[in-house]
Amino acid sequence: MSAPRILPKEPVRSAVPGLGLFKGMWLTLKTLFSRPATVFYPTEKEIPLPRARGVIALDVEACTVCMLCARECPDWCIYIEGHKEEQPPAQPGGRARSRSVLDRFDIDFSLCMYCGICVEVCPFDALFWSPEYEYSGLALADLLHPMDRLSEWLKTVPEPPALEEQPASAAPEEQP
Amino acid sequence: MSLLENVWVLVALKLIIAVVVIFVAAFLVMFAELKVSAHMQSRIGPYYCGGRWGWAHVIAEVFKWLQKEDVVPAAADRPVFKAAPMVSLLGMMAVLVVLPLSPTLVAGDLDVGIFYALAAGAVSTVAILMAGWSSANKFSLMGGLRAGAQLIAYELPLVLAVVGVVIQAGTMSMVGIVEAQAQPVFHLGSVGIPLPFILQGQIVAFVIFMIAALAEVVRIPFDMPVAESELVMGYLTEYTGIRFTMFLLAEYAGMYVMSAIASVLFLGGYYFPGLDTRLWGPLVLLAKAAVLSFCMIWFRWTWPRLREDQLQSLAWRWLVPLALLNIAVTAVLKVVR
Repeated sequence: MSAPRILPKEPVRSAVPGLGLFKGMWLTLKTLFSRPATVFYPTEKEIPLPRARGVIALDVEACTVCMLCARECPDWCIYIEGHKEEQPPAQPGGRARSRSVLDRFDIDFSLCMYCGICVEVCPFDALFWSPEYEYSGLALADLLHPMDRLSEWLKTVPEPPALEEQPASAAPEEQP
Repeated sequence: MSLLENVWVLVALKLIIAVVVIFVAAFLVMFAELKVSAHMQSRIGPYYCGGRWGWAHVIAEVFKWLQKEDVVPAAADRPVFKAAPMVSLLGMMAVLVVLPLSPTLVAGDLDVGIFYALAAGAVSTVAILMAGWSSANKFSLMGGLRAGAQLIAYELPLVLAVVGVVIQAGTMSMVGIVEAQAQPVFHLGSVGIPLPFILQGQIVAFVIFMIAALAEVVRIPFDMPVAESELVMGYLTEYTGIRFTMFLLAEYAGMYVMSAIASVLFLGGYYFPGLDTRLWGPLVLLAKAAVLSFCMIWFRWTWPRLREDQLQSLAWRWLVPLALLNIAVTAVLKVVR
């Protein structure tokens, strides 16, 4: 069972047959004499949009080695290793706490498909999109970027957009 | 001057000039196509090769092609496969014989000049059929047959459009046709005003000729035989290296030669009011042909490709009857006047 095809009742035609040909010629002629959109990349650089998905930056302090990003990654291109450390108790006589420390956080950008699921899924806001795009390498192995490289890119992450102000009427009702 | 009177020296000289002209014209049109198409798409096009404007790009590209391996498919008909690009280039060069650059600067002013030019131009059809058949590839064969059908269909309006001009000029010689356009048509006071044939009522013939010429050099919107998205370049599929380059040169040289013929027939050839034809003639003709070549490039980068049935019906249902009507009207007016 296929969905019924919806066909237009009458083909779309311009008032004068063949007028479109000349409209097209006028357009290409105008473009011919206008400034090309090309940017001479190595010498001139284009400024990407602030929220562009250039590369994934990592905030090492925020990461808790929960592995959610590595597990959700469709390409399995995130490599995480960590260990637990004993923390002194917060109050004297209290219980010693353990804290996870990140040892390795590599993203293989030769596999990454820039889907952004890791950024979405991170519960501690440790991953961000950065508009930085110049990190190509001459070999595939050069595209495996380690933790310190990822955290350097954190500096290029723009400020998050301000929260939308809630209109008064849409304020959540108090829970009973 | 005794050396120039030797017939073999003359033939060799003319041959060298023809080869140089055809290659220079092809290079220039190819470069123009690269640049014009780029700017029409808001790009820069070739830029770095050769320093300024990337002027050496096409030359570098041709040398790149020359270095490539010359592959002949195992099942191909070898001699025919190898000869096809040469025939294609030869047809276009043969047309140059009758192309008058000035009243005297013409390799041979035949009495049947335009007839010869159209006949020699049609040789490229044979080359395309040869290439399509000998490649032993179904896409190539399909492309070759499409080219055959298309070129038969468009050869007719091409010739019929020219007949109007021949009737009006009263001669088939290319120089004669230009001289007929240099004659004053009417007088403003004591000044005789000459008009090219396009302004003497042959505009319909000019439009038909240009459409048919576009189809003749197998360019968009009439590039059904190469249609790269459905036939993977048709008859060009199996060609590599130098043979592919020859087909390409023949296409671009053909564009320029067709434009030159059109400017001789309809735009007054080497004649321009107020300029000495002996001195400025060649430049005037080349400039007119360059303008028409630019239009061909412009059409290519603007319009989509015609479907096979649209292409055929355009030729048989519109262009041929229109051209016949044009002949009839021209003949009647010629007799009445």
